[in-house]
Amino acid sequence: MKIRLMEQAFDPWQEISLHQSEQPALAGKFGATAVFVGTLRDFNQGNEVRKMTLEHYAPMTQKHLERVAEEASARWPIADVLVIHRYGELCPNDPIVCVAVWAAHRDATFMACRYIIDELKTRAPFWKQELTAQGRRWVVPEKTG
Amino acid sequence: MSITVRFFASLRERLGRDQDIIDSEGIRSAADVWNRVAQIPLPGNALVAVNMEYARPDQPVRDGDEVAFFPSVTGGAQ
Repeated sequence: MKIRLMEQAFDPWQEISLHQSEQPALAGKFGATAVFVGTLRDFNQGNEVRKMTLEHYAPMTQKHLERVAEEASARWPIADVLVIHRYGELCPNDPIVCVAVWAAHRDATFMACRYIIDELKTRAPFWKQELTAQGRRWVVPEKTG
Repeated sequence: MSITVRFFASLRERLGRDQDIIDSEGIRSAADVWNRVAQIPLPGNALVAVNMEYARPDQPVRDGDEVAFFPSVTGGAQ
């Protein structure tokens, strides 16, 4: 299980490939990988988004992301989890978050991946501030994902 | 004999600072901490964390604790 908070931009596909190659114990043990990648749009709530700043409470973020991943590991028979989340200044088209789950069977990967991204949104202390043509604004939580 | 108080996002901006160190004398709960550091009532949608665990405003607080106040979180993807 690996949880990474990154200030610099990352390529989720490279990170997933790298992580998998660094886990020789996984080889031959998984039959399914589910991946969720969240990417910054250039529009939100009717406005063009030029940039976004993600503020976070670093040690608390790490602690709660680890806990969510551990809960998923306890609930479903999964072999490994990788979570990467950006912080700092992001541009449209930048990946914000990546969740990858490896397991013997697909059901567990889908369920665990969904659980981790849904729980992360409500429990990890991140705050988004968008820069639009109208200025800066804090994003308030939405019901839809 | 101190408590570290952290503020994030829009609450940090409203208070104009990101951290206070206060004397723990007379402090019993997270709500007491807020009342010591802020001149405004704790916003109804504000969240509280004590030592990086979510807490209610009436959660007891001790010397050496870190207490944080922040708005609803918005991580992940939309």
